[in-house]
Amino acid sequence: MVTGTGLVAAREVAAAVPDPELPMVTVADLGILRDVSEESGQVVVTITPTYSGCPALREIAQDLRHRLTAAGFGPVTVRTSLSPAWTSDWISPAGAAKLRAAGIAPPHAARAPRPGPVPLTLLTSRPAVPCPVCGSSDTTQTAAFSATACKALYRCESCREPFEYLKDI
Amino acid sequence: MSEDEFAAYQSLAQESEDHRWAFGTGFTDPLEGIDTSVPAGADPAALAAYCLMLGDDALIYSHRLQQWMTRMPELEEETALANIALDLLGQARMLLARAGRAEAAAGPGPGRDEDRLAFFRDEHEFRNVRLAERADADFAELVGRLLIFSAWRLALLSRLAGSADPVLAAIAAKGVKELTYHRDYAAQWVIRLGDGTALSRGKMQAALEIIWPLAGDLFRTDPVTAALPGIAVDPAELRGEVDEVLHAVLAEATLERPRSAPMAPVSGRTGRDGVHTEAFGYLLAELQSLPRAHPDATW
Repeated sequence: MVTGTGLVAAREVAAAVPDPELPMVTVADLGILRDVSEESGQVVVTITPTYSGCPALREIAQDLRHRLTAAGFGPVTVRTSLSPAWTSDWISPAGAAKLRAAGIAPPHAARAPRPGPVPLTLLTSRPAVPCPVCGSSDTTQTAAFSATACKALYRCESCREPFEYLKDI
Repeated sequence: MSEDEFAAYQSLAQESEDHRWAFGTGFTDPLEGIDTSVPAGADPAALAAYCLMLGDDALIYSHRLQQWMTRMPELEEETALANIALDLLGQARMLLARAGRAEAAAGPGPGRDEDRLAFFRDEHEFRNVRLAERADADFAELVGRLLIFSAWRLALLSRLAGSADPVLAAIAAKGVKELTYHRDYAAQWVIRLGDGTALSRGKMQAALEIIWPLAGDLFRTDPVTAALPGIAVDPAELRGEVDEVLHAVLAEATLERPRSAPMAPVSGRTGRDGVHTEAFGYLLAELQSLPRAHPDATW
């Protein structure tokens, strides 16, 4: 039976699970971990995908089951939740600091959904992405996508370092 | 490497029964733990057919993009296309899974899973629009087709996010964020080529003329959509928004609106009715040959 303090401990174990593609941050830092609760004495963990095709989601589910079972909380149920859709705004300030320390620029606030057609970005101005290495705002996007679905590629024109930006969605 | 990082890599490399990465490899249900009951008053067979339409668009378009892998002029563009294809594949998985659940609700059978639907249906059972199956002859056709497809799908999914089916609404709301990036990517390339050299402009304009006939299908009202008021989105509603987006991009690209006539339906039928272009059979053969030759294979 998992209740009270047990559930708090289970939550701590789940929150510490690293993201497989961004191992410097945890699933809690990224806002992928939505809930840890108890149903009929069993631990139920709810996670949400960052992108529809994110291949890391099932690795995360596997790792959650593995660690919670190893910590004595098994058997564990892992559920997916699609709504509300993940937004990069759910990345915690601690998560943003860890990303920056690892050379990945954390996301700007996401474009708030507005009623009506989604505007074309090329007709609006994008805010500058500060370089995570030297802090300069003189940076250029070199590619809108990167090695994972959640990132874009940039280059700093001041220190000349290439870096990744976690896309705001 | 810290202990946490090591555990993450170990979990990626681990071999176990339910821990593999391709066809027939124990993928978990993408809708695991999600309430997929059919909304009251909705026809489950029509809902299944609608999810197949939107799922097939994403699956088939994703496959066409995957065919560009190793053939792109630059690594950055290849990465972009791989990511776009992956997003669409993710949408396809959820939509096909949703179709299978609705099929089960319609009865009498248990409903097919995403792999049965993707790999074991024949050509005439696919419901994707004919635009999705077209093979791009060159980079101009690739970005032109991607602009039209993603502008249309974004307009569709942003309306579907308000669907009375909460599962479709949730899948659509996620897709909107992804398609916003896809459309911007395609638009930026169309502008760069159109407003580029005389050669690139000529090729971009020619590509649009070639693709344009297939755009007519995108706005055709169909009986499945009409049978799902409040749940499905009438394609005819999308024309205004898509036109406006194309107009803005073409103006910036100094291109002219293509004038080629829409491709006619075959005996009144198009991709939505299971009638496809010749290219589709070859695409499907490539997509399905491995799982059909080894139906229970795992690796």
